[in-house]
Amino acid sequence: MFELNILLIFMIIGALIAIEVKDLLSAVVAVGASGLALCIVFLILKAPDLAITQIVVEILCLIILIRATIKKDLPFSTSGRWFFNTLATLVFLAIFAYLGYVALKELPSFGNPIMKVSQFYLNEALKETKATNIVSAIILNFRAYDTLGEATVLFTAVMGVMALMRWKGRKDIAEKDNE
Amino acid sequence: MTPYFLCLLLFLIGVYAVVRKRNIIKIIIGLIIAEYAVNLFFILFGYKLEGRSPIYSPDQEIFNMVDPLPQALVLTSIVIGLATTALAVAIAIRIYEKYGTFDITKINKLKG
Repeated sequence: MFELNILLIFMIIGALIAIEVKDLLSAVVAVGASGLALCIVFLILKAPDLAITQIVVEILCLIILIRATIKKDLPFSTSGRWFFNTLATLVFLAIFAYLGYVALKELPSFGNPIMKVSQFYLNEALKETKATNIVSAIILNFRAYDTLGEATVLFTAVMGVMALMRWKGRKDIAEKDNE
Repeated sequence: MTPYFLCLLLFLIGVYAVVRKRNIIKIIIGLIIAEYAVNLFFILFGYKLEGRSPIYSPDQEIFNMVDPLPQALVLTSIVIGLATTALAVAIAIRIYEKYGTFDITKINKLKG
């Protein structure tokens, strides 16, 4: 799994550049590079459906973020309690990293998953659903309520975006405020 | 175990950006990075060595596939991640229109 580690290190470097660079557009481009590396990682880990979804979502995400950041920039400032804030954050992250290390040591080793539930899906998917792609069989047949919940969340999020971004209603409110 | 720890490191970078940065766009980028790390962790956990992707084909053996259940869950999670990112960016754009800045320490006027 040599290439997997290389790609993960590439993702980490991309993420570090994304959060430390001063220009917002460069940060968005760096996080996009990280997301496209994640797409290749999904391919290496034998998840082609996820790779397709990830590349589409990544491009849409980049378009949305560029819409938000273009021509808007903020100079880097170190005012305020810079040292105290950084120290508190790093202490919190150190505790979090230690707990994560302890938890990850207890997991089964990489490449040997526990597949008690999945074995049922692997055995029964073709007989019960006649779908050759097992991921499709799970999301559309065995766990279709999850997909219904996903559609509900998407609908709610789209309603929220439209309520925030529409122009007509905001103009009316502004006129009422002026009167 | 190395991929697990690299994945944890990626998650920590995202959490650092959310907790420490003061620019709203940087906070959203931190959320996106943490989401990448969580999705990646599920897929890493379901990976089987020498396995193949969970798609039946007539001329191949079927008993050494990777775990399909995390893949199905993460497929849902990726799309929901896009929706939450779009909502967060919409809120950020409205804040910029109202206050003229992305700096969260300057956004302190709580007028309607």
